[in-house]
Amino acid sequence: MEDCLAKKMEITVSEAEKRTGRNAVNIQETYTAYLIETRAVESQSEGQCAPVDSLWRRYSEFELLRNYLSVTYPHIVVPPLPEKRADFVWHKLSADNMDPDFVERRRIGLENFLLRVASHPVLCQDKIFYSFLTQEGGWKEMVNETGFQLKADSRLKALNATFRVKNPDKRFTELKHYSDELQSVISHLLRVRARVADRLYGVYKVHGNYGRVFSEWSAIEKEMGDGLQSAGHHMDVYAASIDDILEEEEHYADQLKEYLFYAEALRAVCRKHELMQYDLEMAAQDLTAKKQQCEELATGTVRTFSLKGMTSKLFGQETPEQREAKIKVLEEQIQEGEQQLKSKNLEGRDFVKSAWADIERFKEQKNHDLKEALISYAVMQISMCKKGIQVWTNAKECFSKM
Amino acid sequence: DTSLAEVNSFSPSMPISPSSMTNQYKFEDEPELRDLFITVDDPESHITAIETFITYRVVTKTSRGEFDSSEYEVRRRYQDFLWLKSKLEEAHPTLIIPPLPEKFVMKGMVERFSDDFIETRRKALHKFLNRIADHPTLTFNEDFKIFLTAQAWELSSHKKQGPGLLSRMGQTVRAVASSVRGGVKNRPEVFIEINDYVETFSQKINVLDKIAHRIYKEEREYLNEMKEYGPIHTLWSASEEDIADSLKGVASCIDKCCKATEKRMAGLSENLLPILHEYVLYSEILMGVLKRRDQIQGELDSKVDALANKKTEKDLFSEEIGKLEDKVECANNALKADWDRWKQNMQCDMRSTFTNMAENNLRYYEE
Repeated sequence: MEDCLAKKMEITVSEAEKRTGRNAVNIQETYTAYLIETRAVESQSEGQCAPVDSLWRRYSEFELLRNYLSVTYPHIVVPPLPEKRADFVWHKLSADNMDPDFVERRRIGLENFLLRVASHPVLCQDKIFYSFLTQEGGWKEMVNETGFQLKADSRLKALNATFRVKNPDKRFTELKHYSDELQSVISHLLRVRARVADRLYGVYKVHGNYGRVFSEWSAIEKEMGDGLQSAGHHMDVYAASIDDILEEEEHYADQLKEYLFYAEALRAVCRKHELMQYDLEMAAQDLTAKKQQCEELATGTVRTFSLKGMTSKLFGQETPEQREAKIKVLEEQIQEGEQQLKSKNLEGRDFVKSAWADIERFKEQKNHDLKEALISYAVMQISMCKKGIQVWTNAKECFSKM
Repeated sequence: DTSLAEVNSFSPSMPISPSSMTNQYKFEDEPELRDLFITVDDPESHITAIETFITYRVVTKTSRGEFDSSEYEVRRRYQDFLWLKSKLEEAHPTLIIPPLPEKFVMKGMVERFSDDFIETRRKALHKFLNRIADHPTLTFNEDFKIFLTAQAWELSSHKKQGPGLLSRMGQTVRAVASSVRGGVKNRPEVFIEINDYVETFSQKINVLDKIAHRIYKEEREYLNEMKEYGPIHTLWSASEEDIADSLKGVASCIDKCCKATEKRMAGLSENLLPILHEYVLYSEILMGVLKRRDQIQGELDSKVDALANKKTEKDLFSEEIGKLEDKVECANNALKADWDRWKQNMQCDMRSTFTNMAENNLRYYEE
């Protein structure tokens, strides 16, 4: 972590702005642009502040960056982006992408994304990432020039590999199960949390009605009037307090959401492994088949049934010259194949090693982050209860004076 | 206080005994002097060929002289309570008779014999009898005494006596007639104020009742969601190693919150909701009492008018008028006294009930 970018550079996504412009098919559209500010971190220079560089990016450019990173570093668990559309909403939250609260939460999410990439020992050194932060114009073209899209594995190929692979590393299979479980449990949790928030909101807000009626009632009372009136005021305070409480909870939900999306990143690494492993297995199978063929031709025995064998039986054997030629070709192919197999094996082992190292790093990060998130959730709940105690103690005093 | 003593002579069913006169109007609540303790419990269901009904056990303990024994245990059904209430209303048209729980509960489609319904009704009946016992006038009512002490057959035979259908009909006719006459001309200032107050109060208390029910409902839904929320964390902890303990901790905290919420809800349904409901009924009763007072005054006024027109039978009339004036005076005084009492009680009740609710919530948050 010593020379990761985050230590050398301050990165913030400081603003969001609504823009209109023409898109690829020349239709006018509204989108939000985010301001990325970067500043080099000077070491211990007093009063010397490095100048702030800034440029604007929109969400689709972040997406492009992430796709590039996923394809270029398939053995890395690439940090996820905040959600594209508002999910897990409850009735007060709007599902509108232009809603200022949503935009604000997304801004924070994007900043978090950049910081995670910048603190990653491998990813932070990527040039494209660096230019994303610093180079305003021409970045898109630069990315496309890397031709990363061609390197991307087709979904179909990956699916095929997942089904057909025979001997994947057990750890990856376990990891895949884990990420499935993680995804399902977190999304369930977020859904229920949204419902709980909704109900809690209802309970608090209805208490606000008390405030109104108490104040109306106090108008006709003599001795009870003052007590009622002030108690009503506290009910209003109580009802209003829920807004801040739930806003804070949204941040907690966002932290969980990040790990929900991380599950997908984990699966991507597993898929890559399965693909490579499948490739390896296919190559090995191919090699074995060729060796067998060669042997058969050389010794003239037909071990397994083959169409060739049948046809040669029916139409006569080949000439010795033909056979020689074939054997030669096969021997070449076998040599090539063995080379390939060796390098694929090496590739595979390297992949597993580096992927697993990153996965361990990820696990530690995840445990740390989730623990902190849970702690902050508990702290939030305690603070909510403390506020409740305060309001009801005050109300109780007012009531006892009635 | 001479005006108070007059009330005594005009109430037909009031036993005029020296001891009861001194006990007559105690405005301050002196719990140490309570000499009548009543409980309503043990609902039992009875099935006959014609109907099914519930009876409640009514236990009375007393040290009063006019009671032959110091302990009584009888069984009464809802009809009997209705009878008692109507007798009390007859005898004291301008006193505030406590409310009875309703016959049916329309909304919510509660089964007539569901446990919740029976329990709620039992509590309300218990409150009803105790409020009567605490009332300085009503507590000495003869029908009340019979209600508490008579065996089932004694009660039915006593019920058959009394003014009966005809006189009650007469009252109703008079009531209709006076309301047709269109309100009262000289309603005293005091009662105008009270009338306005009751109208507004009735509105507000109804709204409060609705709000309280709504809160209860929202809390129930919140509880339901929370019940699902906790176990998810436990499920998650099964896939984790490092953070499993933290997750299990959160799950158990959520469970504790659920229990605290249940307690909070119980507090609401045992305390706040029944009282608010009782005062909703009370506000209706108050309107009724005010109307009856107006009626009585109406009678007086019409007789005064009649007198003004017929100079001849002056003497006869003036005696009648004299009686009616007294009647009105008594009714007014009784109502005023009772009204003050009621208000004090209400304040007390409201105070304690809301304080209770606040305490409940405090406990909830502390947990």
